[in-house]
Amino acid sequence: MAPPPGRSAPNTFGAPRQLHPPCPPHSDCELYTMTTETTTPAAIMGDPGPTGRFGEFGGRYVPEALVPACIELEAAFRDAWADPAFRDELDSILRNYGGRPTPVTDCGRLTEQLGVRVLLKREDLTHTGSHKLNNVIGQGLLARRMGKRKLIAETGAGQHGVATATAAALFGMECIVYMGEVDTQRQELNVFRMELLGATVVPVTSGSRTLKDAVNEALRAWVASVDDTHYCLGSVMGPHPYPWMVREFQRVIGDEAREQTRALLGTDPDVVVACAGGGSNAAGIFAGFADATSSDLVAVEASGGAAVTTGIPGVLHGMRSALIQDEAGQILEAESISAGLDYPGIGPEHAHLAELGRARYESAGDEAVLEAFQLLARTEGILPALESAHALAWVVAAAASGELEPGTTVLVNLSGRGDKDVAQVRDILRGRA
Amino acid sequence: MSASPTIRTPGTLESALLTRRDAGHKLLIPYITAGLDDEWLLVLEALAGAGADAIEVGVPFSDPMIDGAVIQESSLRALERGTTPEGVLADLSRVDVGVPLVVMTYYNLIYRAGHARIAGAMHQSGVRGAIIPDLPLEEVGGWAAVADLEDVATVLLVAPSTPDERIGAICERSRGFVYAVGRMGVTGEQAVLADSAREVAGRIQAHTDLPVCVGIGVSTPDQAATVCEVADGVVVGSALVRRLLEGRGPDGAAEFVGSLRAAMDAG
Repeated sequence: MAPPPGRSAPNTFGAPRQLHPPCPPHSDCELYTMTTETTTPAAIMGDPGPTGRFGEFGGRYVPEALVPACIELEAAFRDAWADPAFRDELDSILRNYGGRPTPVTDCGRLTEQLGVRVLLKREDLTHTGSHKLNNVIGQGLLARRMGKRKLIAETGAGQHGVATATAAALFGMECIVYMGEVDTQRQELNVFRMELLGATVVPVTSGSRTLKDAVNEALRAWVASVDDTHYCLGSVMGPHPYPWMVREFQRVIGDEAREQTRALLGTDPDVVVACAGGGSNAAGIFAGFADATSSDLVAVEASGGAAVTTGIPGVLHGMRSALIQDEAGQILEAESISAGLDYPGIGPEHAHLAELGRARYESAGDEAVLEAFQLLARTEGILPALESAHALAWVVAAAASGELEPGTTVLVNLSGRGDKDVAQVRDILRGRA
Repeated sequence: MSASPTIRTPGTLESALLTRRDAGHKLLIPYITAGLDDEWLLVLEALAGAGADAIEVGVPFSDPMIDGAVIQESSLRALERGTTPEGVLADLSRVDVGVPLVVMTYYNLIYRAGHARIAGAMHQSGVRGAIIPDLPLEEVGGWAAVADLEDVATVLLVAPSTPDERIGAICERSRGFVYAVGRMGVTGEQAVLADSAREVAGRIQAHTDLPVCVGIGVSTPDQAATVCEVADGVVVGSALVRRLLEGRGPDGAAEFVGSLRAAMDAG
């Protein structure tokens, strides 16, 4: 077995800061820092406590009108997550309706071609075609438990919108999905899919008309409807408890994958790779490995939306995290071939993992992503989502450069299937012919 | 119930508003977006002349999450004209309109500038208050402590959804006045005043002696007068900014604010 690839210098941004241990459940953040010496070290990806802090990131930066709803949601989630009956019902739906556990595929032909052993965690095989289902089933059950009758959601590529519309249909709830006008055009089929599922899709025409603006609009709508409506946020972002709650709902990816790779390899993979926009599939798979293994963790952002590598700390959408912004703090527009990664921020826990050096943050450009998309189709017969193809693109590049040594074992989270992207990829490739 | 047990000296904004209120006046606080056009400083002067007791100056942010269509549009226009927080404060330092100025903006602009630096710059520019709607009670401490030192009153908001047990704590930390959010929604004109506007003002008054001003969803002279049957004053934004977007200029702004003043004084 090759040694783990070199752990390069931790990826940081901004000035170096003093690291802050994650806060344990219900701790007072500052007091805890002073008494850590006699305490067992807290988990790297643990409970962020009542303030929702991951180091200095996270928090709850929302208008007062939404604070009571966030507090209520946190309490409801803590209660549900500790309730075996809730966990059993969630597991049962994910198994019998969602198709879990998803397999890990050992990619023979791709391995031969790249010289590193590639394993895929097949979230593309989840019902609705991406990992997003794990989160919406959890939040849908929680909304029902809280007596909410309506779900609202933002969506970029449409995967989270489709998943939310699916959960709403399953639980007999109303559903409204906010989607940037640009994205409704590039993901037309997903708009129709949501409508077939009984949801209303509202095109958002403010700002850059992409995911960032869809989040703004969903938050605005939530303020006006918070009494009977649950905001089903799609990623590990937003105000506390969302970053933590969504990571916990996605943790099933990492927990399954760790057991599956141990059974397959007899050990842990050297590297675990996932794409990251808001960062939910990456958080989900990392959660299974960050504390339990010494596997290297790599998140791959779109190069036009690389919040960790090119952003600086800031506050947007209820959270303090790494954001792409100008000197004054105006948020800049991200740009990517993939609507799901077209976001100028990233979940706060990722900013924290980057600062700790526990995960590395890389980026992939549109061209390399298109190549990786086609490569997986031809070598393995799998069409990945353009989002997931970012993770593959980094593996291809790192294998070619020698950064991943021959024989390294790499687990890639294949977060979604690429059917939704086929028309867009066709147009791009034909445009070149 | 009455004010906080802690003895503290009221800042400039709070003193000015308390003096007006205790003399029997209702408080009128119009809002405009800074940098909207090249007349915006003239509009400030016109508002003061038309009877404003303080003026809320919006520093535009790219992602105005609690604002509806009108303020989104004015923010976008101002940003397209190259408006920056630094530029707005520099402009404000060149005028003296005779009433306290209160900045309204989103926290990222404060955070990026640095608390001490921007609080100092606000003070230098004559700004005596700040409303930061995405910085709720639990997150406001670091900023508010610094702002206090610069006589910049951190005005906190109470919403219709705020439970009574939170209202006391919010009033305790608020300076200048308490901003009562009149309805569950984003900023924008409403044909009918929400019942929640007067209800939330009354609930806040049970916890504090600070002035209580209702904003969000107060759009007409009649609505302002009705709210002031309970509240100490009103903040009026979208209805004024819409007139400015329509090109009615300082005169149109003065006429509208004058009509609010007249209705509140008659009420």
